[in-house]
Order: sequence, then structure tokens, then C-alpha cells
Amino acid sequence: MKLTHIIPLLSLATAVYAAPQTFDFKDPKGVNNAVFKLDAPLESINGSANGISGTVSFDPENPAATTGKIVVSVESLTVPNPMQNGHMHSDKWLDAAKYPEITFEAKSLANVKTEGDVTTADVSGTFTLHGVTKDVTVPVKFTYLKDKLGARVPKMNGDLLVIRTNFTINREDFDINKGQYEDKVSPTIDLSLSIAGASPK
Amino acid sequence: MKRILQLLAVLVLLAAGATWLVTGANRGWTKTSVMVKTLDPVTGIDGISYEKKFLPGVDFLGAAFLGAGALGVASLFFRRKNKPQTTN
Repeated sequence: MKLTHIIPLLSLATAVYAAPQTFDFKDPKGVNNAVFKLDAPLESINGSANGISGTVSFDPENPAATTGKIVVSVESLTVPNPMQNGHMHSDKWLDAAKYPEITFEAKSLANVKTEGDVTTADVSGTFTLHGVTKDVTVPVKFTYLKDKLGARVPKMNGDLLVIRTNFTINREDFDINKGQYEDKVSPTIDLSLSIAGASPK
Repeated sequence: MKRILQLLAVLVLLAAGATWLVTGANRGWTKTSVMVKTLDPVTGIDGISYEKKFLPGVDFLGAAFLGAGALGVASLFFRRKNKPQTTN
């Protein structure tokens, strides 16, 4: 076989078997965030967290094979009222000292649809909060930004992966004051995650 | 003294009510910071930071009502000054 035949074959093989890229979600710009909302009859609580880390393995040629783990530091959860902040981190609620992390580990994807750089899918995995792990399936939007890392972090080349998801959990499923304070602290918590990960070249 | 305490009670109520209204009539608890969103142009993500800002809530109003009430009650312990009667 001539060399001129081998090179295109090698290129094809590389394209077909391209290794998935690993995206690191520890954001040096501190933009990555998770927002939480609790709407109880007597009180509405809105807050956010920016202590986000983790890695996701994403192959733009095969998004269905995506796996990864995102970690949110409980200490980074913030609400605008200092007293509520203290209560939220205390052992009466999230117990940040004993359970310092909230994690989501993606294991499989279903209903994967890709249009251009955007992939949507239902991601199934395990969600761990307050030491309790539950299986969940959440709708996720992945946006693959090829060669955009340099636009965000000067003097670096690589790709970005933006992940967005909105879903609801019930604090009672995670043993957080089950059946208590429901008029002031809603049992259902709306979560919204907007994060960008980098894969330097 | 009675009059001064009553005036102070009214002033506390008016000042607290005006502060609460001017700062946006927040019907939640008092906040010492507010959420500020900044768009990251590359990723389109709204970055969230907190700016220090005092935003009085219903607990602030409650404290003002209690304070004004305490001043009003305290004023009851003072007698109105009687003007000396003059006889011709």
C-alpha cells in the first residue's frame, strides 16, 4: 500500500476513534455557578454557589458517551441574609462540616440530539446531597465551543464545553428536616446549573 | 419628657418606614448583600457575585415597631407638666 493511501486511512481512523476530551470545570474566572430557589408560602429563598469543580469526558463526535462528575462545595452556597447563611451551613440543615460536597455523577445519556455545536440529552446519574445518594435523570444542554478557550483565558489554546441544566429536587428525599418548617423552607428546591469547562491543547 | 418620647416614637416609625420604602419595600428578611449578574461574553453564562448593600426587610420594620412601642410605653411613666395657674 502506498503512503498516499495510508495517510487518508490514518486520518479517517483518527476521526472515527477520536478520544473524548476531558473538560475541567474548575473555573479560574469564577463565573461557573449553581442557583437555587425555594418558594415557601411564608418565605422565598434565593441563593447561589460558585465553588464548582469536577471533570467531564465529552466527545463532540459521540456526545452520547459523555460521563463525568460535577462537585459543588457546600461552603460556597450563599444567600443574601447572613443569619440564613449561617443556618444553611449549620448541622441543622446542610451540615457543611460533615457533608462538604454536593455531587452529580453522570453515568448515561438518553434522547441525545445534536444540532451544530449544541447537544441536548437526558442525563442519568447519581445526585448526592447531605450524605444521601439518589438516582436522578435531568435534562442537560451541552454547548461545545471549539478553540474558544483562548478568548476566555489569554495565552491558552483549547476548547470549551458549556453545560446548562435546570431541575428540581425535594430536600426531604435527602433527609433534610423531613416534614419540618415547610411553610418557611420549601421542600422542593429548584436548581439551575450554568458551568463552563476547559480542555486545553 | 413625655412629649419628647412620643415624638421619638413617631420619628422612629417614620424613619424606618421611609427607609424600607426607599430601599424597595423588601417583604423578605433583611439582606446585607445583593446578587449581581455579569454576563460572560464567551460562554454566555451569567456570573454571579454579591455586592454589599443593606436592604431592610420585614424584621427591620418589626424591630422599628417594637422600638417605637417601647418609647410610647415609656412615655406613659411621665406626667404631663401642668402649667401653674395664675390668679388675678
